[in-house]
Amino acid sequence: MAHQGEPAKLRWGELEEDDGEDLDFLLPPRQVIGPDENGIKKVIEYKFDEDGNKIKITTTTRTRKLANARLSKRAVERRSWPKFGDAVHEDVGSRLTMVSTEEILLERPKPLGSKAEEPKTAGDPLAQFQKGAVLMVCRTCGKKGDHWTSRCPYKDLAPPSEGFVDKPAASDAATATAGATKGAYVPPGLRAGAERTTGSDMRRRNDENSVRVTNLSEDTREPDLLELFRPFGPVSRVYVAIDQKTGMSRGFGFVNFVNREDAQRAINKLNGYGYDNLILRVEWATPRAN
Amino acid sequence: MRPILMKGHERPLTFLKYNRDGDLLFSCAKDHNPTVWFADNGERLGTYRGHNGAVWCCDVSKDSSRLITGSADQTAKLWNVQTGQQLFTFNFDSPARSVDFAVGDKLAVMTTDPFMELPSAIHVKRIARDPADQTGESVLLIKGPQGRINRAIWGPLNRTIISAGEDAVIRVWDSETGKLLKESDKESGHKKTVTSLAKSADGSHFLTGSLDKSARLWDTRTLTLIKTYVTERPVNAVAMSPLLDHVVLGGGQDASAVTTTDHRAGKFEAKFYDKILQEEIGGVKGHFGPINALAFNPDGKSFSSGGEDGYVRLHHFDPDYFNIKI
Repeated sequence: MAHQGEPAKLRWGELEEDDGEDLDFLLPPRQVIGPDENGIKKVIEYKFDEDGNKIKITTTTRTRKLANARLSKRAVERRSWPKFGDAVHEDVGSRLTMVSTEEILLERPKPLGSKAEEPKTAGDPLAQFQKGAVLMVCRTCGKKGDHWTSRCPYKDLAPPSEGFVDKPAASDAATATAGATKGAYVPPGLRAGAERTTGSDMRRRNDENSVRVTNLSEDTREPDLLELFRPFGPVSRVYVAIDQKTGMSRGFGFVNFVNREDAQRAINKLNGYGYDNLILRVEWATPRAN
Repeated sequence: MRPILMKGHERPLTFLKYNRDGDLLFSCAKDHNPTVWFADNGERLGTYRGHNGAVWCCDVSKDSSRLITGSADQTAKLWNVQTGQQLFTFNFDSPARSVDFAVGDKLAVMTTDPFMELPSAIHVKRIARDPADQTGESVLLIKGPQGRINRAIWGPLNRTIISAGEDAVIRVWDSETGKLLKESDKESGHKKTVTSLAKSADGSHFLTGSLDKSARLWDTRTLTLIKTYVTERPVNAVAMSPLLDHVVLGGGQDASAVTTTDHRAGKFEAKFYDKILQEEIGGVKGHFGPINALAFNPDGKSFSSGGEDGYVRLHHFDPDYFNIKI
């Protein structure tokens, strides 16, 4: 590319302003010379520079034919074969051939090392949650990404029912677990009270020293249950099943103890205990058959 | 890479074949019209109209002038590649499954399915230079294998015919006498139906794909097992790169189960394996049905896959494909 005349430093931003005058029609038309037998092509253009001077720009390019050894003579000939069969009547709009809009890559398989690691991390829930740390919020101390509520080191320091007080009174079932991850979407399958067919880690947590309490009165709420079970030892979770439609208690709940002995004592003591005019039935929660 | 999608067929693809120069791509499908495409940009050149059933297989002569197709309408047809004109029809008593031109294009091997009490058979036909002289007689007729013969190809120097099919046994026949020369033994052989068979560029070895979720590489002359490529889905189609030591396996779950499962579960990728190390190199996704057909361009720089979804996907490799290291 060769610039003749003053080396024009054209900035496109300034070009815009020049367009206001729009004197381009005064310029001689664009000229294209060649390409000649050597493949040299000249393009002569005229422009105004920022001072309003007319400048001539000559662009010289050489086009070289790429030696395409790959294509045989026959293949080149075939290129010009007329279409036949159904292709004859092919309308332009039929678009039989399209270039994929999606970039497809040759996806490399996972390195062997990463595959071997996966089962290991699955065994240790804490390690696995390091990845999805945002999900892990302690309901007792409010610390994010460090531990689950049931493993909170400050559990005993926290006021017993604090976790439930700031909850809306008619807490729907979802908040039992989703309360911690406020705003975050919890798939129905993972919500409390839903049939848990997946999420073995969640289930394991809920099954840990879990005590089932049935024959609860309808008025019983989670804080009441906590109050009832708290004297036996640190409680990590209290849950009362609530009917999603009516908002009424379904008459049963679960209490998780940090220590198994505490849970056993609670069962021994409270099974058959009269509570709110009903006789409680307290027993080990059986893991869901699944 | 951005694959080129060719939607000319209305039914699942069955077979893909490049001509020797690698500028034309022939596709067969369960609709009745084999189609030829330009292999660089995927433009449709023409269709071969005349079959009245699913077309299972095709082969093109070395000079790209003749096309032979085998169809479920119990015929195999010879076509003029350029005009789409039908030159000759070989009539059988059962569906034709596989066709293959011999080196020199003077002979062709065709297989027919077991049908109405008829056993499967391998036919060898002489292909006349002038289509007017063409006759339908078989030079040789081989019977014996139980079940369908999915593929029969010529061995080196046209001396042998290699066949494989539903009985999972790979057999080598003498192409002159029709005598069984070798067969794969039970231990090293496939355990289920062999669905596809592809020769290497020089014909010294060949690759078979089977529903037993593996592909095996065999020595053509001795029929010894060289390599095994294990995958996690039935293999419907295999291809070998003529340029690099790569093999491609295509497959996926049974077509009837596709709609009931997540598309990811189908594993409809074309899987690349290192031919020597037998290790997976990568997968090319895209089809939303099992891959039924795979073919490598003879220059090794592109390959195409045909799926149960009716699409042919033509992939021109990115430059970094040629430097992949394991």
